[in-house]
Amino acid sequence: MSLDLILVNAVGLALIALIAWFFWGKPRTGMKAAAASGEIQEISIAVKGGYTPDVIVAKLGRPIRLRFTRRESSACSEKVVFPDLGLAADLPEGVEVVIDAKPDKAGVYDFRCGMGMLRGKLIVE
Amino acid sequence: MRRDPVETTSATTGFNPAALMSRIDFQVRLPSGAAPASGFGSALTTLRGVGSVHYNGSSGILSLDYEAEATDLAQILAAIEAEGGRLVCSDYRIGVKGIHCASCVSRIEGALKAIPGVLEAVVNPATEEAAMTFVQGTASPASLEQAIEASGYGVEPPEGLRDAKPEAEKDRAYRRLMRRFIFALVVSIPVVLASYPEIFPFFSGVDAGTMRILWLGIGALTLVVLLWSGGDFVLGAWNALGHRTANMDTLIASGTLTAWIFSMLVTLFPSLLPQKAAQPFFDVVSVVIALVVLGQALELRAKGRTGEAIKKLMGMQARTARVLRDGREEELAVEEVLVGDVVIVRPGEKIPVDGLIVEGSSTIDESMITGESLPVQKARGDEVIGATINATGAFRFRATKVGKDTALAQIVKLVESAQNSKAPIARMADLVSGYFVPLVMILAIIAFMLWFNFGPAPRVSFALVSAVTVLIIACPCALGLATPMSLMVGIGKGAERGVLIRSGEALQNAGGIGIVAFDKTGTITKGKPELTDIVTAGGFERTEILALVASLEDASEHPLARAIVDAALRENIALRASEAFEAVPGYGARARVSGRGVTIGNAAFMAASATELGPLEKTAERLSGEGKTAMFISIDGRAAGLVAVADTVKDDSRTAIERLHRMGIRTVMITGDNRRTAEAIARAVGIDEVLAEVRPEGKSKEIAELKAEGRRVAMVGDGINDAPALAEADIGIAIGTGTDVAIEASDITLIRGSLEDVVTAIDVSRTTLRNIKQNLFGAFFYNALGVPIAMGILYPFSGTLLSPLIAGAAMAFSSVTVVANANRLRYYRPRAYEGGAAGHGRKE
Repeated sequence: MSLDLILVNAVGLALIALIAWFFWGKPRTGMKAAAASGEIQEISIAVKGGYTPDVIVAKLGRPIRLRFTRRESSACSEKVVFPDLGLAADLPEGVEVVIDAKPDKAGVYDFRCGMGMLRGKLIVE
Repeated sequence: MRRDPVETTSATTGFNPAALMSRIDFQVRLPSGAAPASGFGSALTTLRGVGSVHYNGSSGILSLDYEAEATDLAQILAAIEAEGGRLVCSDYRIGVKGIHCASCVSRIEGALKAIPGVLEAVVNPATEEAAMTFVQGTASPASLEQAIEASGYGVEPPEGLRDAKPEAEKDRAYRRLMRRFIFALVVSIPVVLASYPEIFPFFSGVDAGTMRILWLGIGALTLVVLLWSGGDFVLGAWNALGHRTANMDTLIASGTLTAWIFSMLVTLFPSLLPQKAAQPFFDVVSVVIALVVLGQALELRAKGRTGEAIKKLMGMQARTARVLRDGREEELAVEEVLVGDVVIVRPGEKIPVDGLIVEGSSTIDESMITGESLPVQKARGDEVIGATINATGAFRFRATKVGKDTALAQIVKLVESAQNSKAPIARMADLVSGYFVPLVMILAIIAFMLWFNFGPAPRVSFALVSAVTVLIIACPCALGLATPMSLMVGIGKGAERGVLIRSGEALQNAGGIGIVAFDKTGTITKGKPELTDIVTAGGFERTEILALVASLEDASEHPLARAIVDAALRENIALRASEAFEAVPGYGARARVSGRGVTIGNAAFMAASATELGPLEKTAERLSGEGKTAMFISIDGRAAGLVAVADTVKDDSRTAIERLHRMGIRTVMITGDNRRTAEAIARAVGIDEVLAEVRPEGKSKEIAELKAEGRRVAMVGDGINDAPALAEADIGIAIGTGTDVAIEASDITLIRGSLEDVVTAIDVSRTTLRNIKQNLFGAFFYNALGVPIAMGILYPFSGTLLSPLIAGAAMAFSSVTVVANANRLRYYRPRAYEGGAAGHGRKE
């Protein structure tokens, strides 16, 4: 085996390992934030290649107000959907969009972009 | 709300008639069971300075004159509550400008709370909003705004009303994409000309040095395309990396960046690779970006149309309302109408919000909300629904539900929520989407390695082209879009026809229904008895009998009596006065009409008055065999005939059931009625199977048994009495719920009462489900086929590798295709309405 073959194969395998580790090996916690307490539990979420924070913890019983602001123009994040709550909103770039939720049950409610690529969780406890 | 000074003549102790009086109208709810009108308000008159108190039980309005100088409004409110009356309050939200400190908050709250009638005021500095609750009839939005302004702050509409126009936003995004596409397209033309000298021989005579400069120029231009036209991809990919996720941007960006970097390297250092391999392919960068951006623009346009149903529903709402405020008529945007406002409606106008009529009367077309096709007569105290159309009269009503609480808003919310829900069928695509992009990247690297290890010369070129093609052809969007797009259109299509499907899961279940069980009364039948037969005897005439019996029954409260009276009115028979009316529960009734003794009742009743029935008895037996209730009539002691009353079948029940059969669905009727009646109805509509004499609590057991047969079972019934059976069924279909759509716990709600809509519900679900399957299959198939081809699986047979340009085109149009296929559902027309005059749905 010539040198260039060895080199290409080694780099290739290393890249595969890197991709697998980078995307699949990450700890699944993400950034966690508790919604501010008060009459309405409010939290601002930045949308830029993902949701920051992507894990939101809120208390059951009081309304939750999520303020999404999309800070990029990539079409991937143009919509946010809460399938379990039946809520969705279009996110124009740079405009704060408010989603009000009031789940009747404690639990984990996923949210994602229109195609399920970007994901986040709303934990109601 | 009125608060005008009025003159008064009535005087009570401690009350000065000469003083300037204020009149105030409250809307008060009494605890159910409390005797209104009579005692209510007596404690109020003992308050110092309070003049007349008048409570109207039907409208719930408490009018009271009081002397503003002598009485405190707070005292009056406390007295009303002490008597058990609940004051109806309005919530009002307004944006406040100029809040910068905590003391601002307390200052504004204090100013608001100082207004009599304001029960609560909360200022939120984060949202710059004030939310307040005030008793109707006391404060007004204008006075609240004045109070805020008087304490030194500005007011503006609250956030909900400031929303950016989504339409304009979409247009802006579309134009932005098109600009980027056109730039990429313009750049692509010279790049392609230069890239294929064998096809376009313009540059064949150019020497290598000049060619290199030309390539450098092209490289610079395509870099602009990459960073501007494709800027969203590059930035999007970069942002996603920050979250350790990958999406479509990652694929497009890594594919085009790889192509650009490689091309730039071979241009700058041509000696790095063998001459044949050292070919730049800048064309991939500009053409692929042009195509994908164009695809996104087209997709945006197509997506805009999927939300049409909601727009149509929202478009049903009135835009403005004529409201009486501070004694003046004001034209307001419908969003500004508050609970408690008195709204003025003229003939032909749309009713803006839900409420109760306080003055006037009219007929109202409510078909769009309740499905009732005939205009409904309404008068003082009756409920009116927003978005319905006032036909003839003028009236005023007090708003009880506004904004998101109106019946229409509830329907819209239900539909939107269903459109955003998940369908179990999408689970697979969901699972895949998390692994898809990294997997494709790995496959691209594997393709590179395979070509580099085993491919023909120039190995680097083949390896690179195949890797780039893999990255570009894979399309996660098509997978992600497949289900939501179809659901959006399909559920919207149902909603346009009054079929409200609660979720994607309900839609999927409804699509697989094999058995439909119906409740009888009110579902298959009208649920209201009607006169079906009149049999005469003893030489009496039909109209004479009907006139006499109807006149007698007019005085009766028996449920069957109404059917007879209605029949007479329908035939324009004038009712006469009856005297000496006497009802014998369980037997019948008698009275004197036009001087004749008229008796109606069962055989036992006739026997008691020794009336000879003769052949009528046989007829009665036959009629009850048909499920009808027969009642004998005697006039002046002689048998005169009989009338039969029955709950008749809805006009379209028969055709609807026939259509279900044609769709391969078995039909079952579950009823508490006796077998004979039930079977008569079943025969009339052609139902397959009858489960009669089922006690209400036994219905869900019957459903469970049907389910045990292994086919999916739908239950159709009213959402209240049949609730347990609806819940037990795989799909509960609640019928004719009118405005209560949001409360019902059914999977599908039919706004209209027609069984045709059961057919529509199942048909629209099946059609949508089929569309979803096409989309999912298409998207899976596309990727499963496209990626291996891009890797070069066909090379051993065809000797050529898929061009990245074709991959770009395929990728761009795969997601457009998914959206377009979902959009095909927009042209859906239910079978029930095809051909024939049966259609009452909107035609496109």
